[in-house]
Amino acid sequence: MKRLRKFKNVEDLRKTIQQQEATRQQETKKVITVSSGTCGQARGSQKVIEALKKAIKAEGLKDQVILRITGCHGFCEAEPNLIIYPDRIFYQKLTPEDVRTIVQETIKDGRVVEKYLYRDPRTKERAWYENEIQFYQKQKRIVLGDNVFVDPTSLLDYLAIGGFKPFLKALTEFHPEEIIQTVKKSGLRGRGGAGFPTGVKWEATRRSPGDIKYIICNGDEGDPGAYMDRSVLEGNPFRVLEGMMIGALAIGAREGFIYVRDEYPLAVRHVTQAVDQLYRTGLLGKNILGTEFSFDLHISKGAGAFVCGEETALIASIEGRVGEPRQRPPFPAQKGLWKKPTCINNVETWANIPLIIQNGAEWFSSIGTAGSKGTKIFSLVGKINNTGLVEVPMGITLREIIYDIGGGIPEGKAFKAVQTGGPSGGCLPASLLDLPIDYESLTAAGSIMGSGGMIVMDEKTCMVDVAMYFLNFLRDESCGKCISCREGTQRMWEIVKDISEGKGKPGDLELLEELALATKDASMCGLGQTAANPVLSTLRYFREEFEAHIYEKRCPAGVCKSLIRYVVIPEKCTGCEACKRACPTQAIQGTRKDVHLILYDKCIKCGACLEACRFEAIEAQRDEAIIIDKEVRL
Amino acid sequence: MSTSQTVNLEKIQEIVERYGYDKSKLISILQDIQAVFHYLPAQALKQVAGYLKIPLIDIISVATFYRAFSLKPRGEHVATVCMGTACHVRGAPRILEEFERQLNLKKGETSEDGKWSLETVACLGCCAIGPVVVVDGDYHAHTTIRKVSNILHKYQK
Amino acid sequence: MITMKINGVEVKAEEGWTILETAQFYGLEIPTLCHHEGLSPYGACRLCLVEIGEGAKAKLVSSCTYPAEEGLIVHTDTRRVIKARRMMIELMLSVAPYSKVIQDLASKFGVTRMRFTIRNEECILCGLCIRMCAEQMDGKAIGFQNRGYQRKISTPFDIRSEECRLCGGCIYICPACQLRCQGPQAETALCNACLTMDPTCLDYYDELQCWMYDAGRCGTCVREKK
Repeated sequence: MKRLRKFKNVEDLRKTIQQQEATRQQETKKVITVSSGTCGQARGSQKVIEALKKAIKAEGLKDQVILRITGCHGFCEAEPNLIIYPDRIFYQKLTPEDVRTIVQETIKDGRVVEKYLYRDPRTKERAWYENEIQFYQKQKRIVLGDNVFVDPTSLLDYLAIGGFKPFLKALTEFHPEEIIQTVKKSGLRGRGGAGFPTGVKWEATRRSPGDIKYIICNGDEGDPGAYMDRSVLEGNPFRVLEGMMIGALAIGAREGFIYVRDEYPLAVRHVTQAVDQLYRTGLLGKNILGTEFSFDLHISKGAGAFVCGEETALIASIEGRVGEPRQRPPFPAQKGLWKKPTCINNVETWANIPLIIQNGAEWFSSIGTAGSKGTKIFSLVGKINNTGLVEVPMGITLREIIYDIGGGIPEGKAFKAVQTGGPSGGCLPASLLDLPIDYESLTAAGSIMGSGGMIVMDEKTCMVDVAMYFLNFLRDESCGKCISCREGTQRMWEIVKDISEGKGKPGDLELLEELALATKDASMCGLGQTAANPVLSTLRYFREEFEAHIYEKRCPAGVCKSLIRYVVIPEKCTGCEACKRACPTQAIQGTRKDVHLILYDKCIKCGACLEACRFEAIEAQRDEAIIIDKEVRL
Repeated sequence: MSTSQTVNLEKIQEIVERYGYDKSKLISILQDIQAVFHYLPAQALKQVAGYLKIPLIDIISVATFYRAFSLKPRGEHVATVCMGTACHVRGAPRILEEFERQLNLKKGETSEDGKWSLETVACLGCCAIGPVVVVDGDYHAHTTIRKVSNILHKYQK
Repeated sequence: MITMKINGVEVKAEEGWTILETAQFYGLEIPTLCHHEGLSPYGACRLCLVEIGEGAKAKLVSSCTYPAEEGLIVHTDTRRVIKARRMMIELMLSVAPYSKVIQDLASKFGVTRMRFTIRNEECILCGLCIRMCAEQMDGKAIGFQNRGYQRKISTPFDIRSEECRLCGGCIYICPACQLRCQGPQAETALCNACLTMDPTCLDYYDELQCWMYDAGRCGTCVREKK
């Protein structure tokens, strides 16, 4: 990589950006962009990259091709994937063996190889180009889109796409108050979940008395199922850092912290490298570019605590203490880190700032709805065909995201619910598929926007099990201070667990609701206050399912082990013995070509047989035995 | 991995020095100590309390609060099953059960012979490739109940 | 001076006072448990909840930690507050059913049933013992460990602490066990439990909430551990 030198002044940086941009725009070589974030690597992208390097060399194409290794492209289902520019041919699900063919046929001979193209799960048609793929069409990838164009470990790459032009604009053309007004006018709201107006937070921090102020980037993306921030930190760390530098200018902060989860080693690495490069080029430190502006950035790692995503707990963690939230007021904007005014924003919030400064508040506020401006990145996961990170304008409906972008539910199963907002959010049923995504409408429906996790569930997902899952998560992650949260989540979990095991009794649901409300009302911090949401929303929309567990001892989705047993459907069984081989306790009987039988004295209900069967001949049915003893007569 | 390893005190001091004896860097210090010893030995914690002039109980509070830390020695190999929502919906609990069965361990435990530790994590952020299992830093995508023995086999040399 | 309204009455508070301190100054009763005048406020028991604000934005906060603010509207006994308070007591009761202090709270606030499985752990994690040890006695021998449902209070590594000076402060201040054991010759009705209960107190509770392993030295528990 090129040796980096210090930028002497504003003009110096401006010139370099111009040079980099020009080089990029005049690029005539073919560019192969390979997606290689954490997931990509887990799927083998590094081996594909090695194979590409070898093949390019072998075909003598080294001087005609640029290989750009980027962070996450966002279309996770398709990984390992690559895009060939300038045509934007999109190849997906690649193995190292595919590479030679691609280099020979497409790069060298200009022919598209059909079998590597994306195929729509419903229409079965192939798409050649990135912009033909349904997954991308309704998205508006103003933040994530740039992941494709940069090597996250290269500052020069970032400059080549116009990086740091917003910072220069903020530095030379705006007064700090004007930056804040721009952010206020844009309508940007915190992307971490609560949706507090960012400009207002900045203003409050700036206005707090005192010379020493801090800004913090909250990269403690703890919501299970959400990884948008990981993707931005891994794939475009400079964008986030630039946002923070603009924030520091506006608020008057000299020091900033980036708090990244311990579970994101690659993100930590890329952010560390990025900060390092900024220091080496003089874009961080004292008297940046020869101006009065000095700014230091430190990286702080999390250590495995979901509650540290809460502002005051995060501050405690940076201070080296236990991550216990504290009472607010005083708010961090008044007394935060080391009791100084502190502004904490989420990764995605910071990443939007350079765009707002560069393109203007009107541009940003023209996207989205009246109350929720701009775009939001969601991690669309679970029972969905096109798993990945989707960035959509606020106001788009759930239906559009799940069906048009997500390609619907796999294996032809029926949609049952979509969970948003992580453990602080709720499950929304099919009747709400036309709900537009914005802060207020999601809250009114019993969920929240949250940080962006969007988990799709199908008919084989049990909502009692989902409620139990979230309560188990919360009782473990609660800091434990407030009895309402600590005991509330524990007792709610116990009740739901009993229900899932067929031990539910009349009165349980009423007790659950009463306890949920008390937990919500009495707890001090956001974790406890929203801990009741998963329970309350599943009760609101799926009460019959809970009632079936309690009164009929039946799990309609076939998930709760105590209420089901696995049964072989004789008409569908082909006698292939796959389930027999998979069974860890030799509980399946039957010879080849003969209908198999599951023996219940040995069956431990592990589910391996259902997984192994390719003919859908094994089903989870209601466990008949329980009915006789425990059926409650109403 | 011996359980009663004598703690190299010099190493502890080196780490604390690296962070300038700064109390606020406690978490980073503990992370570095764990990176060296694969867990937080009691002796190390006592040393840190002395160097940083923090009451030992406060160090213990921090060390037990954060899941990244282990006060018990971990196995040579660590298998971590992701229990995030997306992985859960795709069957992670059954996969954890399979690991428990095959390793004869409950989650959070280490085997008697010190070879294996089985842990869970709330979410790794790799939801698209779930269910995810990480063994010794290697990410395994789309795990199924039947893949578990193959995965374990790779490390059981 | 800060002017607020509590239960419709205008009150004046000094800078730095909490809602609880203001209320107590005016003789208004707000129940507390984990609060103690000589120790820093913590906010664990949630009994001192009050409702602040009005209308849709009204919310419950612990008065022992919430600072007095200019123009704040406070209500100490709304339906919402009482419901929440009762649930807190019910939760505490199911963890420490034999505590006289909690039983008294239950009868005072009309909590007549325990709908959760009893756990008999005695400790409600109010943290008074920790703050007593750290702030009043300068001991720092005990503290919170783990988090969530696994949270507990103990010494480092659950063994005799070198910092513990056997002062008995933790036992003295504990609301769950404070009136439980005063020895066989005690005068109060609740105690003598070691004589009147069968099995006796020391038999029944395997693990006394006591970090003074040389039983009898502090004078609070009187029999030698078997």
